[in-house]
Amino acid sequence: MVDAAIHVEGLSKRFGDVVALDGIDFEVPSRTVFGLLGPNGAGKTTAIRILSTVLAPDGGVAEVLGHDVSRSPDAVRRVIGLAGQFAAIDPNLTGRENLRLIGMLTQMVPSAIHPRADELLGRFDLVDAADRPARTYSGGMRRRLDIAAALMPRPPVLFLDEPTTGLDLFSRNELWNMIRELVHDGTTVLLTTQYLEEADKLAGRVAVIDHGRVIANDAPSVLKAQLGSTVAELGFEEEDPAERARSLLAEGHNVEREGFTVRLSTNDGPRVLIEVLRTLDVAQLAPSTLTVHEPSLDDVFLALTGRHAEVETQEEELVGAGRSGRRGRR
Amino acid sequence: MSAIAVEKLELAAPVRAIRDAMAVTWRNLIGYRRVPQLLVFSTIQPVIFVVLFRYVFGGAIKVPGSIEYVDYLMPGVFVQTVVFGAIATAIGLATDLKTGLLERFRSLPMARSAVLAGRTTADLARNVFVVLLMLAVGFLVGFRIHTDVLGAVGGILLLLGFGYAMCWIFAAVGLAVGDPETAQAAAFPVLAPLVFASTLFVPAESMPGWLQAWANHQPVSVTAKGVRYLMLGDTPQGHASDVWTALLWIAGILVVFAPLAVRRYRRV
Repeated sequence: MVDAAIHVEGLSKRFGDVVALDGIDFEVPSRTVFGLLGPNGAGKTTAIRILSTVLAPDGGVAEVLGHDVSRSPDAVRRVIGLAGQFAAIDPNLTGRENLRLIGMLTQMVPSAIHPRADELLGRFDLVDAADRPARTYSGGMRRRLDIAAALMPRPPVLFLDEPTTGLDLFSRNELWNMIRELVHDGTTVLLTTQYLEEADKLAGRVAVIDHGRVIANDAPSVLKAQLGSTVAELGFEEEDPAERARSLLAEGHNVEREGFTVRLSTNDGPRVLIEVLRTLDVAQLAPSTLTVHEPSLDDVFLALTGRHAEVETQEEELVGAGRSGRRGRR
Repeated sequence: MSAIAVEKLELAAPVRAIRDAMAVTWRNLIGYRRVPQLLVFSTIQPVIFVVLFRYVFGGAIKVPGSIEYVDYLMPGVFVQTVVFGAIATAIGLATDLKTGLLERFRSLPMARSAVLAGRTTADLARNVFVVLLMLAVGFLVGFRIHTDVLGAVGGILLLLGFGYAMCWIFAAVGLAVGDPETAQAAAFPVLAPLVFASTLFVPAESMPGWLQAWANHQPVSVTAKGVRYLMLGDTPQGHASDVWTALLWIAGILVVFAPLAVRRYRRV
């Protein structure tokens, strides 16, 4: 409680007839990454918008570094950075000008603005494009500029709404590294994601949100362990080596064979995989293909609710289209 | 937290409001510079009107009193320019709303007034440029100021004031519709009766009685008459009283629409 950077209690919000948040609670300790995991329309973005003072809650408490979002929104705005789902940058300004604008509007000391902008342009690999209007940027570049803008005033609390959507693999890894660095330096990060993998990679703790409620709040590894398993598929050229591999691995592992493919499931993916590959190598049964499936958000949902996240998404989107046709977002 | 703290300015609220509004104005003016189409678009149309009315229709239009038609026409064209120019305010804000930029601004520790103040100030600056440009066009086709420098400046100020008030109407419109295309489409049906059923281009005498009443007294015509008085002197086409009526309209529009736009901004 003392060291909570973000405190949310009984937070609720409705849009007309639709309940976006149905009394959620969670707490984010300082200097950690907290993930809000859930399908589209679950209420993740609504929670972020309330915490960043963009949207007023209907009920409940939301505090950032001890400042209440309703009572002292300006104090909240001074300690947060927000990167929403869509790159909110001015297409007519250059990358550098966009950062400068945010620097001015976040009340940064003028002499600090240029060095900070240069630093961020460098870190986000935008130096070459820094003096081109942002409308000439690719989707990934806009996204990076958007996140750089959120970081301009070095906010102690950072909100990232689906930060890696639309990023290529390289940029995504870069961003993940940067988030870890920020946390190391003392930042608290609240991010939303639809990907269990992302939550697992970054977040110390995850709240799974469904229909505006928190249905689970735990470390991602615990969530994953609860529901199960990494599946590794080993492909062979012929049936004979596949069968020999299956019988070799059958001791101590959960395996089955289907044609040339051996499927192995485990709760301890990486360690078991190393061991399996070593065993196969010694037996000169190296597989020709290897695919690994990690549990997904859908698996989490299935385990927690007995329903598929995918189906929920579609229903929610139909509801969403009716309620927020104005801008198609929540 | 100290490891990442950054020095912030602690300014008094009014100082912050002005600084923030200036930052947003700067940003909007860069937009005009980078996308000159917006500016060109809002000047080409009035130039076409000047040519059309000065050289094609003008000969057939009789202006009561002793003033030349070109002198009657140009103040009307100036008003038309600032009125149609206000659509850009709606388009600008609707675009910012759509792209999510307003959402970001609302999460920043900036004055709540800055977005609208910055938008309308940038549009005011644009109007200065456009009005001076149209004044030059007017001189080219034979328009002359019959009063003095004071009258000319007064006329320009009245135009800018009216244009500024129109921007607030369209700020509210832009935020209400939230989409630049819709903003543009919605603007024309509202503006057409104001700009065309007016005394901007032709005197009301030739219109049917019911239309005369509207054309003579609606704010766009009144402003044009006020500008005519300031630039041409006291003629049947503009009296000192028109200047006062125009100022009242400007104040009235601002009193109604500025709070409306601000309320709209707080809720988007």
